[in-house]
Amino acid sequence: MTQNKKITVALAGNPNSGKSTVFNMLTGARQHVGNYPGVTVEKREGVCRYKDTRIDIIDLPGTYSLTAHSTEELVARDYLIDNPPDIVVHVIDASNLERNLFLATQLMELDIKLVLMFNMTDVAESKGLVFDIEQLSLLLEAPIVSGVGSKGIGKTELLDAIIEKADQPFTPRKSKVSYGIDIEKHIAALKEQLDNSFPELNEKYPSRWLALKLLEHDEQIWGLIGDEKIKAQADQSAAAIKKMFGDEADTIIADRRYGFVSGACQETIRTTVEARHDFSDKIDEIVTHRVLGIPIFLTMMFMVFTLTFLLGHYPMEWLEYFFGWSASAIASVWPAETLAPLRSLIIDGMIGGVGEVLVFLPNIILLFAAIAVLEGSGYMARAAFVVDRFMHKIGLHGKSFVPMLIGFGCSIPAIMGTRILENRRNRFTTIMVIPLMSCAARYTIYALIIPAFFSPLWRGPMFFIIYLIGIILAIISAKLLRSTLFKGETTPFVMELPPYRWVTMKAVTMHMWRMGWLYLKKAGTIILLASIIIWFASTYPSAPAEAVEGLSEHQAAQVDIQYSVMGRLGSFIEPAIKPLGFDWRIGTALIGASAAKEVFVSQLGVVFAIGDDTEEGTALREVLQSNYSALTAFCIMIFCLITAPCVATIAVVKQETNSWFWAIFQYAGLTVMAYVVTLVVYQTGSLFI
Amino acid sequence: MNNNESGKFVYLSTIDSGSKVKVVKIDAGKGLNSRLAAMGLIPGSELTLIRNGNTGPFTINIKGVKVALGRAIAHKIQVQAV
Repeated sequence: MTQNKKITVALAGNPNSGKSTVFNMLTGARQHVGNYPGVTVEKREGVCRYKDTRIDIIDLPGTYSLTAHSTEELVARDYLIDNPPDIVVHVIDASNLERNLFLATQLMELDIKLVLMFNMTDVAESKGLVFDIEQLSLLLEAPIVSGVGSKGIGKTELLDAIIEKADQPFTPRKSKVSYGIDIEKHIAALKEQLDNSFPELNEKYPSRWLALKLLEHDEQIWGLIGDEKIKAQADQSAAAIKKMFGDEADTIIADRRYGFVSGACQETIRTTVEARHDFSDKIDEIVTHRVLGIPIFLTMMFMVFTLTFLLGHYPMEWLEYFFGWSASAIASVWPAETLAPLRSLIIDGMIGGVGEVLVFLPNIILLFAAIAVLEGSGYMARAAFVVDRFMHKIGLHGKSFVPMLIGFGCSIPAIMGTRILENRRNRFTTIMVIPLMSCAARYTIYALIIPAFFSPLWRGPMFFIIYLIGIILAIISAKLLRSTLFKGETTPFVMELPPYRWVTMKAVTMHMWRMGWLYLKKAGTIILLASIIIWFASTYPSAPAEAVEGLSEHQAAQVDIQYSVMGRLGSFIEPAIKPLGFDWRIGTALIGASAAKEVFVSQLGVVFAIGDDTEEGTALREVLQSNYSALTAFCIMIFCLITAPCVATIAVVKQETNSWFWAIFQYAGLTVMAYVVTLVVYQTGSLFI
Repeated sequence: MNNNESGKFVYLSTIDSGSKVKVVKIDAGKGLNSRLAAMGLIPGSELTLIRNGNTGPFTINIKGVKVALGRAIAHKIQVQAV
């Protein structure tokens, strides 16, 4: 087959316009997820082969506009200007044409070849909307394709339109948004100045667009132009416009754009049925109800968790079984005497370490499936709405609750999930407190300790108390951070409440696969590396032969670890952790836990010389019971709950905040907090017990 | 110049759920103004207040889209009955 043509297509569109369903429809599974350079806005790319053409497709971030006020908008805009694609496909929610076409007016001004995709025409039809596509296409000077991305309708038509448009030469638009005689006068004057003084800028940016951006006082463009004279002129023009119309120039410009859109829509859209009381409105009356809203929200969250942990339990057991089986399979064919250290490194260090983390994969995938359903159905926006009142009080945004919720599963995807927050202060505060949401890995620690020290009646409440302490500390920390380091006004809450929609299986599986893959990558890199380091640190230097002479295998292992770097570190920090009720053995386990929290459990097993048999849990609980008091046990849980996040979390915080400072700040801050809280609990507790 | 007329204008935060109004002025500062404009909220546009959230967020219908607004914003939008 000959592939003689290659074109690039960028998908632009509003959030909730079904842009990702169109992207999925075009690319199928051939997708690549990355980041736009320098920012943590997700960049999705895919390839589509059609006829004799290879089409590279880039999914731009969903935006309502192309101003410089949000990262997403800047990213989309910069991408279109810096790497002009052959075609831009603007995905439009056909049932909300007017609002969606506002973005189209701005895309037109960028002088690019535009194809409009009227998506979700089935919804528009059910609303009784009828379009005169031909007429609209003439008015907007762009081919229009109708379809339904989630059902795969309109794929070939869209591809044909793309290919056809790509073959045509670019022709300047005949009709543009007209800003009216008075404003056009200012635009023309600025354009002339720009054409004369900045020919080099005009190669990259259309000069009419630049002139408009100057009138709007667009910060990015303002910074780009060094010449003060032209800026002064723009300021004067903007002031003149304000004086004439009574509103800021950018508001007037937006008004004219809407005017253009509604002019085009006026003649070409008909409503055949009178808008009835929307189905979505009915649901909203219940789920965002003043009194019922919160209980419904809590029930939903409870269901997500039950589902995640109940359903996840079985595949988790299979994975545990699988890793146990692979370890023993290797052990059985690899004699203990040959290359003993390498054998132990692979079996205990690598399979053990990575396996411990990978067993959570089913939980994580299920959690993301649940989130994809909540998000796709439209409930997530309502949940943010319901909790906004409370979140606002602690200086966060209604939307912050989503990543915090994910935090109960795992901090890593939770921190990546903070990308939905536009405001940096809100986002960073959320990132800082996410580790206080007790993750699934820490659950294993509580699951070991609670049954050992508390009567069955108290076990449930103890779990609850631990999680609650984490949440309370997160609230206090958020409040504290927002009134000190991240001081400033909370971003006002403006959010679209999209109509409720059925979620497609395809969208959910794609989301699950993407997040699962990110998690797998982490396990395969950072956690593998950490496991190897920990293995070395708890194996070397090994105890001298005479020290372990005559001891049983388990006792020898205990002596060995005392000699190792890990054991020595544990002993070294013992004086510091003594006031918390901890000894060197707990210290050693805590250091191990910094790689991954679950390591705490296996590490304790090693220091207490409990073998790797199936009864590990029970045996370890008995040893713990005879060595520590219930107060110490409680303090261990408190400390593990709060203390320094695991290595993978630190790495992801560094990646998402783009600075080591915040990663280290969080690490140190949480460690200090853990120490202080545990100290107070232990010392106060000691007075009474 | 709006001063003598301002008696007719009220803030969105003070009107009743279900009212249909026209936006007269938005004083939310440059960044927020343009974000609101992108959602269709500009002077002259008509909206229906679906729910006055009192101390909580408000819901409006603007250009056929349901949008949630924080109370602080609702207090910066001047409207006029239509």
